[in-house]
Amino acid sequence: MVLSVVQTPEEISSSAISSVFASRYVQDPLPRYRMPENTIPKEVAYQIIHDELQLDGNPRLNLASFVTTWMEPECDKLMIESMNKNYVDMDEYPITTELQNRCVNIIANLLNAPLASNKQAIGVGTVGSSEAIMLAGLAFKKKWQNKRRAEGKPFDKPNIVTGANVQVCWEKFARYFEVELKEVKLSEGYYVMDPKKAVEMVDENTICVAAILGSTLTGEFEDVKLLNDLLAEKNKRTGWDTPIHVDAASGGFVAPFIYPELEWDFRLPLVKSINVSGHKYGLVYAGIGWVIWRSNEDLPEELVFHINYLGTDQPTFTLNFSKGSSQIVAQYYQFLRMGFEGYKRVIRNCMENAKLLVDGLKQTGRFDIISKERGLPLVAFGFKDTNKSLAFELSKALRHHGWIVPAYTMPANVEHMAVLRVVVREDLGRQLVEKLVSHINGALLELDETTDAVPKISFTVEVKSSDEDQHHESRHDHEGSLHLPTTSIHWKQDKHDRIQKKVHISGGKTNGVC
Amino acid sequence: MVLSKTASTSDVSIHSTFASRYVCSSLPRFKMPENSIPKEAAYQIINDELMLDGNPRLNLASFVTTWMEPECDKLMMEAINKNYVDMDEYPVTTELQASSIFIIFLNRCVNMIAHLFNAPLGESEAAVGVGTVGSSEAIMLAGLAFKRKWQNRRKAEGKPYEKPNIVTGANVQVCWEKFANYFEVELKEVKLREGYYVMDPVKAVEMVDENTICVAAILGSTLNGEFEDVKLLNDLLIEKNKQTGWDTPIHVDAASGGFIAPFLYPELEWDFRLPLVKSINVSGHKYGLVYAGIGWVIWRSKEDLPEELIFHINYLGADQPTFTLNFSKGSSQVIAQYYQLIRLGFEGYQNIMENCRGNALVLKEGLEKTGRFNIVSKDEGVPLVAFSLKDNSCYNEFKISEMLRRFGWIVPAYTMPADAQHIAVLRVVIREDFSCTLAERLVLDITKVLHELDTLPATLSTKVLNASEEKKIETQREITDFWKKYVMQRKTNVC
Repeated sequence: MVLSVVQTPEEISSSAISSVFASRYVQDPLPRYRMPENTIPKEVAYQIIHDELQLDGNPRLNLASFVTTWMEPECDKLMIESMNKNYVDMDEYPITTELQNRCVNIIANLLNAPLASNKQAIGVGTVGSSEAIMLAGLAFKKKWQNKRRAEGKPFDKPNIVTGANVQVCWEKFARYFEVELKEVKLSEGYYVMDPKKAVEMVDENTICVAAILGSTLTGEFEDVKLLNDLLAEKNKRTGWDTPIHVDAASGGFVAPFIYPELEWDFRLPLVKSINVSGHKYGLVYAGIGWVIWRSNEDLPEELVFHINYLGTDQPTFTLNFSKGSSQIVAQYYQFLRMGFEGYKRVIRNCMENAKLLVDGLKQTGRFDIISKERGLPLVAFGFKDTNKSLAFELSKALRHHGWIVPAYTMPANVEHMAVLRVVVREDLGRQLVEKLVSHINGALLELDETTDAVPKISFTVEVKSSDEDQHHESRHDHEGSLHLPTTSIHWKQDKHDRIQKKVHISGGKTNGVC
Repeated sequence: MVLSKTASTSDVSIHSTFASRYVCSSLPRFKMPENSIPKEAAYQIINDELMLDGNPRLNLASFVTTWMEPECDKLMMEAINKNYVDMDEYPVTTELQASSIFIIFLNRCVNMIAHLFNAPLGESEAAVGVGTVGSSEAIMLAGLAFKRKWQNRRKAEGKPYEKPNIVTGANVQVCWEKFANYFEVELKEVKLREGYYVMDPVKAVEMVDENTICVAAILGSTLNGEFEDVKLLNDLLIEKNKQTGWDTPIHVDAASGGFIAPFLYPELEWDFRLPLVKSINVSGHKYGLVYAGIGWVIWRSKEDLPEELIFHINYLGADQPTFTLNFSKGSSQVIAQYYQLIRLGFEGYQNIMENCRGNALVLKEGLEKTGRFNIVSKDEGVPLVAFSLKDNSCYNEFKISEMLRRFGWIVPAYTMPADAQHIAVLRVVIREDFSCTLAERLVLDITKVLHELDTLPATLSTKVLNASEEKKIETQREITDFWKKYVMQRKTNVC
């Protein structure tokens, strides 16, 4: 709204004439700690913020992130039109709510949820997979507690079994909701959760076993079918009825399109809930995730809130309440626009580009490829040389070209390995991949020539008198003058040693990778 | 990216969008469609359907911002592909430690808001706070911090710590109940009573026991916009703490009021000026004047945020601390908040809040002039007007709400929580974009509605009196259906 008093008359005359960049506002230092006293014109505010933000990296070159960084302009338009709609006002925005429901149904069907046709699936849109996982975990915890209470057994020590390769949000869930996290350690060459070991760790306090479809570290799909079969056997013996949750944050929008025969979803009877990130291979900007439950029984009614909000009854089961509707509209747009064939084509392109990158890396002869061919379109690779710091150095060198390629140490029990990971998103085209390969080659050359060592150069200083002085001495008087023999200073440079500097990441847990 | 093959077989580009085959086939509701469709068609289809949504600007039920300047829209669109977590922040990060401009903006917002709340910070000392998706997340984080702190203290004292509870008023927003339910904390509610629709500090302090992790006061009750007396609560609680030694702290839920009180009522002591207030949450998307999706929580000092709740992650090869429930999310709203803070400045916010208060007064006076309403909201508080009928024997507030929809207005009606369930109110929230003219228009429309309802035939009103409690809702529905039909018949103007 136009404010009644934006500028005093004196200011109007001066600022209107001068251009934005010459105005006084750009001279004054920007407020950092306190709100500024006065208003400034909106064009200036826009320009100041826009200019400063240019110093941030280009999201498209961030090869660390799975999250979508490009969408079609038509979708951008829809998003900006929905930005002022508060998603939670379901009564006021029934179409937006309807779009959410359609997305839930579409995803549930993609995941082969056992639904009667045209029946509404049980699921919800969230801000991301973190919230989705917390909701799913809460549902398991509540269900397990109810069961134990009914059996008259203690229910104060719930735990969850996962692999050590889990994303950090599982650890957050465990810590915030007071559930013990029992991690199956990794081993060299095996970077995902071992189903056998996982099932061994299951006890009567286990609320669920969480499998990952599309491990963050290497993009691998865990063998959910094997897990299901082993767990079904154990359940038969113990009668504990332990369920499975599949964290398909990345894989949920990959597997159905290029590995449709892979059984990992609701086709397996023990899988009770699945989460996917709309903002990863769902091809939407950051801020949308989905969690789907198998059926009504898997979502305890006591967790669902019925509120009298803005005058109507509204069931809600999310951690967040008010939020924008843009991403939901964008997700439906993608489903409608792309359809099954569209998604298939995009994922296939990504896999081909990933293969291209793998070939380029293999050609250098310096790398081991750790990611498998069957999995997410990402490439995880490490140096054949066991020097852990090389990976971090390469990552730093690539930053000079603008690429963000992260380097990580692997979690327990393979902390001696360091890997680099490139995520191939929809907008990493073939040309960019070729460019990346050539930059990597260039960076390798740099690494070989100059190490990260701080060169130690030592000099030796010799002080000795030169031969000529002896002649001078004989010619000089001997009375009252001080003769200093001229000296010469020689220096020689020792061969410099190479010193490797280890980069220590200190303080706190650092094995959560995302 | 341009897909290699966007349209299947026949060329659709010749036909116009509205005549194309895509608008003939029904939209996917349960299964993903097999084929792709052109992007223009997809845009048009969705855009057209969304036209049936309500107009956000006429939604007088919501506190959440529905209008921002085009320059800000532009900034938000430019930032829409930036993932917030790629630049995640530690609750206390100096500008030197910040890894990106986005983080710098975020920290500046946190600092500015902390100063607005008079956080006891030294000159150029960084404030402790985080940006969240909304006040729900903010409250959960604050609650978690209290719970953990209390558990640690009890553990150190060797006392039991399985039964934490929190004391609030029955007028709390649903997110407190969610927090209590999800994080297994008992909710002890101070009941309301007729004429007193906020938490009574005296009763609240009585309910505090050794298991209380904190007392939550609301600045700007959802129901009638009132500010709770936090100062009184603070003083009473200090006395009790002196007697018991329990050291119970206060959290102020300033979701709406946090961006109002500092500008309109600067002398009102409710924030960190009161020693027992340890954390405050505020919604950026209410009177912070940003679109939905941004909230803030500020802690008094580092000690009030237990270190063990902060996660250190190995992200992009560097150690990065994080304390939020959500991870990946959009960054547009944070940038928009920063824009508003520097664009408007203190005087800008003050002007806007004063305008809102002025418009609320216009509406209140207009309603009082009809002589048919009791004003339930106070003058001092969030700029909203909550009102109920003086006489609801013939028809009630829900009917008025239903009728106002005809004019396009969304004015909610609801019953008060325990123990005042027999009172129903209508509530109009005055946002920045609700101008004086709109206020006058609303009064006019309400008067029209009253007029029509007055001419309601006698038979239907006796039916209302005879209806039993269980059938009340059903009867209301019947009546409103009747009135819908009655009204449709009488509608004469077409445009």
